[in-house]
Amino acid sequence: MSIIYVLITVSVIVAVIFFTAFVYSVKRGQYDDTYTPSVRMLFEDELVKTTTPKAPAQKENNNQ
Amino acid sequence: MESCYHCGDPCRKSTISHLDKLFCCNGCKTVFEILNDHDLTYYYDLQHTPGKTPLAIEGRYDFLENKDIVDQLLEFDEQQTQIVSFVIPHIHCSSCIWVLENLNKLHPAVKSAQVNFPEKSVRISYNSAETTLKELVLLLCRIGYEPSISLDDFNKKEKNVDRSLIYKLGVAGFAFGNIMFLSFPEYFEVHEFWLEQFKGLFRWLMFAFSVPVVFYSARDYFISAYKGLRSGFLNIDVPIAIGVTVLFLRSTLEIIMDWGTGFFDSLAGLIFFLLLGKFFQHKTYAFLSFERDYKSYFPIAVTRLVKKDGAAGKETAYSKSKPSATEEQQTPVYELQPGDRILVRHNELIPTDGILIHGTALIDYSFVTGEAIPVTKQSGDKIYAGGRQQAGVIEVEITKAVEQSYLTQLWNNSVFSTNKATAFENLTDQISRRFTIGILSIAVIATAYWLFIDPAMAFNVFTAVLIVACPCAIALAAPFTLGNMLRIYGRHQLYLKESSVIEQMAQVDMVVFDKTGTLTAHQKNGITYQGITLSEEELQVLHSTLRASNHPLSRALYDLLDDHGIYTLDDFKEETGQGIMGIYGTTQIKVGSQQFVGHHGTAIQSLDTQVHISTNNNYKGCYIFYNNYRTGMEDLFKQLSSRVQLAILSGDNDGERTFLQSQLPDRAILKFNQKPDDKLFFIKQLQDQGKRVMMVGDGLNDAGALAQSDVGIAVSEDVNVFSPACDGIIDASRLMHLHDYMSISKKAVSIIKYAFILSLMYNLVGLAFAVTGHLMPVVAAILMPVSSISIVVFTTVCTALLGRKINFK
Repeated sequence: MSIIYVLITVSVIVAVIFFTAFVYSVKRGQYDDTYTPSVRMLFEDELVKTTTPKAPAQKENNNQ
Repeated sequence: MESCYHCGDPCRKSTISHLDKLFCCNGCKTVFEILNDHDLTYYYDLQHTPGKTPLAIEGRYDFLENKDIVDQLLEFDEQQTQIVSFVIPHIHCSSCIWVLENLNKLHPAVKSAQVNFPEKSVRISYNSAETTLKELVLLLCRIGYEPSISLDDFNKKEKNVDRSLIYKLGVAGFAFGNIMFLSFPEYFEVHEFWLEQFKGLFRWLMFAFSVPVVFYSARDYFISAYKGLRSGFLNIDVPIAIGVTVLFLRSTLEIIMDWGTGFFDSLAGLIFFLLLGKFFQHKTYAFLSFERDYKSYFPIAVTRLVKKDGAAGKETAYSKSKPSATEEQQTPVYELQPGDRILVRHNELIPTDGILIHGTALIDYSFVTGEAIPVTKQSGDKIYAGGRQQAGVIEVEITKAVEQSYLTQLWNNSVFSTNKATAFENLTDQISRRFTIGILSIAVIATAYWLFIDPAMAFNVFTAVLIVACPCAIALAAPFTLGNMLRIYGRHQLYLKESSVIEQMAQVDMVVFDKTGTLTAHQKNGITYQGITLSEEELQVLHSTLRASNHPLSRALYDLLDDHGIYTLDDFKEETGQGIMGIYGTTQIKVGSQQFVGHHGTAIQSLDTQVHISTNNNYKGCYIFYNNYRTGMEDLFKQLSSRVQLAILSGDNDGERTFLQSQLPDRAILKFNQKPDDKLFFIKQLQDQGKRVMMVGDGLNDAGALAQSDVGIAVSEDVNVFSPACDGIIDASRLMHLHDYMSISKKAVSIIKYAFILSLMYNLVGLAFAVTGHLMPVVAAILMPVSSISIVVFTTVCTALLGRKINFK
């Protein structure tokens, strides 16, 4: 049952890794603007369509 | 009527059709063409009529040629890469984000652009070898996204965002989860063999997790409690700090002595919920600023006239030789010295006090003094900072540096440096005083009782009382109620600086209004005509004449006469500050002041602004401009007067005293010709009489009064543009609902009171366990979250119901 010591250590390390990731992301400003990215992510496809009008057709081919 | 494809405004007479689309003006059409040429018409698909008519900008951004100013504005400047951030008030929809982030398609020098929508700002990275900052700004202006660059941007320091609350919350949440997990086996008191083996490890792990919670996450509570105690004040943080300390010490002692598992779970949970409440309360409106002073109103640079002799020739900045052997130079306002001559163009702001040298000044001081009508100044007259020049170019000799001008002096008053919030004892602190004393006495009595019965239990009971009495639920009631209210108000266009303003609003018993700009709407005047009726022909000539003038009164009158046609005038003349003259065929028409139209008879006695008309030198009559009061004002006064006393302060003359008196209840106070200092002093006097004053104002002239009052609300036609430092900003269209907002704030305070009662009941239940010596960790671990969560649910539901009631249209 001493495996529990290993498991506990592993679980704590994993938790600490996630916690550091959280602190890092806050520090980098990822939570400063939570609205704009949600709009921005919807743009990309239409952008391709307007700049190169043939793009959508190609895309369909790719999907097939 | 058709509406413009670009900006959505109704197309008036001059509809332009281009590529099957209608535009209201050439400006809008040009924006469309620019976007169309660069394959960016998706802009219009994303959002219906997203644009804004670009404004004329000639010469306005010349100051961006001055290298010092550019250096101040740039965030990053290294060889090929320059980064700059602009606040663009027009950013309002997804189309805006899209087009600004595709700025690189419009200009190859732009590397990337990133929009921060909540702050309405865009961060642009560009190559200064291929373009200049000025060109970049002009590009933005051309597509209708004019950035606002003011003195505030000068010397801008790196913004230091305080994220410590998020970290503290993160630490507490992390520890809370893990401790709960580790203490789970012991909740059920299973005496299983293996569990007994690992008990010690689990307990010390919990201890390890709780250390950062106590010493980092809960730090603010200890600091605040210490500060409170030192100033002899029992705030809510005192019982919290006691509770946390006792929880931690007793739990540590328990695991050292192997008495039990301790209360680490409750400890971490308590801190986590408290911080959650704090976090929730901190709703901020990133695109608004409540701390603004004159700096965000002032331009960053002005045109200085420098005598052209050897020394000035060295200046590398923008220069243009003028016949009078002077040259124009763009200078940061801070560098202006008394004795300098500056040029102020049409619609520019006068940055500091000075004397008018050349030109006729028509200066609109409405924002500074509250006078509604622009004043005319002759050369030699003194002019003051903050006025906006409305007619042509003037030359001004400066008599004071910017920091010493009449306007900036106002900011030296101590009201701007004192923090209002600290002086206010909020509801939670009020209750905490009695609560803390009560808890301490219960703890002492219970301990004394147990000392007689069973001394071994005494310590246990004493700590248990302090633990269970830790006022988590009480401390959560106000943050969640007020945080919710803040959001509800925000949805209804009343933006408050912080949640404590709501509590202060509930206590207001006197409301003071400013007149110009607050009770009256800007630029929308009521106009009536008195005199000999004008013929259709004359009206048409008048309309055509007005068309050529840019004077605000001309524009207002022009809009009034919009039904009449337009002639091409044979002759037109504008005498700045006097009036305008137009000739068509045999009709000559003069519009302007009484002297200008050549009327020598007795004028109509009125303090209202008049515009006189004469045709072929025969006096006809005059148009009278009344201030236009916002609709619903009388109802608002009626509603408010049942609850609070009213007063009106105006920087204007008393021409409308009788009218206002008829609108107001009898007890109301009316004061006219009030200077900014007078307003501040008036508020102070009221407060000395024990009144809690709400000031409602709009301009810089109210800034002192807004800062002095208990609740300062700034009225704004467009919340994105300048409003003085205040506690809240209300959209002008919602001003007439002020009474509803105030009565809701009262109801919010009663919700908090009910929540207090509810949480006190939980405390009583807990105390019953504690004094009888039965407080098990599992009881604390259940009671604490249950009480906290039920308080959060209660306040959220109540405020949501309250929010549903405000449904004014």
